[in-house]
Amino acid sequence: MTTSDNNGRIAIEVEELWKVFSNGDSGEQGEGSEEEIVAVQDVSLQVKDGEVFVVMGLSGSGKSTLIRCLLRLIEPTSGRIWINNEEVTGLNREELTQFRRERAAMVFQHYGLLPHRNVLDNISFGLKLQGVGREERTRRSLEMVERVGLSGFESYFPAQLSGGMQQRVGIARALANDPPILLMDEPFSGLDPLIRREMQDELLALQEQVNKTIFFVTHDLDEAMRLGDRMAVMKDGGVVQMGTYEEVVENPANEYVAKFVENGR
Amino acid sequence: MHVADFINSAVDWLLVTFSGFFNGLSAAILKLLMGINSVLFAIPWWGYILLVLVGAWFTTKKAGTAVSLAVLPIFIGMFGLWDRALDTFSVIFTAVIISIFLGIPFGVLMAESKMAEKIIRPLLDTMQTMPSFVYLIPAVMIFSLGKVSAVLATIIYSLPPIVRLTNLGLNQVSAQTEEAALAYGTTRWQLLKEVRLPLAVPSILTGINQTTMMALAMVVIASMIGGGGLGDEVLRAINRIDVGLGFEAGISVVILAIIIDRLTQGLAKRWEPPLDTTS
Repeated sequence: MTTSDNNGRIAIEVEELWKVFSNGDSGEQGEGSEEEIVAVQDVSLQVKDGEVFVVMGLSGSGKSTLIRCLLRLIEPTSGRIWINNEEVTGLNREELTQFRRERAAMVFQHYGLLPHRNVLDNISFGLKLQGVGREERTRRSLEMVERVGLSGFESYFPAQLSGGMQQRVGIARALANDPPILLMDEPFSGLDPLIRREMQDELLALQEQVNKTIFFVTHDLDEAMRLGDRMAVMKDGGVVQMGTYEEVVENPANEYVAKFVENGR
Repeated sequence: MHVADFINSAVDWLLVTFSGFFNGLSAAILKLLMGINSVLFAIPWWGYILLVLVGAWFTTKKAGTAVSLAVLPIFIGMFGLWDRALDTFSVIFTAVIISIFLGIPFGVLMAESKMAEKIIRPLLDTMQTMPSFVYLIPAVMIFSLGKVSAVLATIIYSLPPIVRLTNLGLNQVSAQTEEAALAYGTTRWQLLKEVRLPLAVPSILTGINQTTMMALAMVVIASMIGGGGLGDEVLRAINRIDVGLGFEAGISVVILAIIIDRLTQGLAKRWEPPLDTTS
């Protein structure tokens, strides 16, 4: 495990977070049936600086909604979020835009690359939004290209790359911004097992160098074990257990967690 | 119950109240049209052959296509309809340019605001389905017989595709791409400028292609209110029951259509980001 204890400062704090989707929110189905779906249910958690914190759960457990709430890509219904002492839930539109540019960067399961820009321009996208000049942008992006092992592919377009390579671009784009916090939403779930393992190793190696706070969402227990310092298990929008991998596996809080971690012991 | 009286007096009222505005608009359109016309006539016939050849080569990268497209205008010249074709082309060109400058912003507006979409969509439907003779009459009343009326009638018919396809292109951008861009801190304007518009370009170019084709379809009708050009020849052929002349003029319109269609389609294709592992 990569335990790097920076005097235990709290990097991310979530307090009593709720997200309730009502029908009006998610689409325009029948108007009479006001159906409400609770995606995140009273979640409170703290992530320490420099920690790799894994949120684990099956699909539909609310983990993807939770990670999106941290950047307010999905607006929380209630609750508060602090990231490095900045209250995300209290930011106005402009502050939020600025926050997203500088304070945290996200890596997506489906990469979320811009199909009309090549590798280098995708990586430098965040820097461009930060207002970094062209030369500096190119220099730093090339550095990242090298760091994630994509040298020679700078002018390729995303569609010309394999899934693993596309995700390297996604990671490089996040690192290029050099934010203190990385949010990773099932970044390796779409990759085949061999590549996945390789990417996990590389992420760990990268983490050794950059030492970020990583908020990592996955449905894969094995991945959680390999990467996470601590983990939270989610079910039906709520956190059912939180702790180190050993704590969770040795001492599951309930039957659900026990079943979940069964094959991990 | 009739609304005819009301419409009549409304048009009269428009005519009186906004005559200054309409005159200014008319003068502006005429100026643009004349400018385009004089540029088009300044280019020698072989200049067009060359332009089509080079243009087709750059857009399709196929020598066969380029050469066969470049040969086509020669037929128009052989029919003795070259000047007529250029007249037609300048009306179409003017209408398409104005359509593009109006259509893209409206398409963006529709994509950005649900409210705007609710208002614009039925308007577009009306523009496309209303028989053109219905609006030719007020157009002539307001702008009198001539090329300006022809340009306006053409715009009414050819504007909808560019608006629709701009809107479609913007809405087609995947939610994942947009979400990622937002996560990195794009403002709404940056999202539009850096992500949605560039990704919509192929669709917008298809819209320009469709708009041009629609404009060509109005050639004959536009000539009834003074559009001139190839449409005039078709009308003359109809009056004289001269099938041969009608055929020559008709084929010339088709040739214009084919050339413009292939060039703009090729351009749309070239703009698409690479989608497969070609290298």
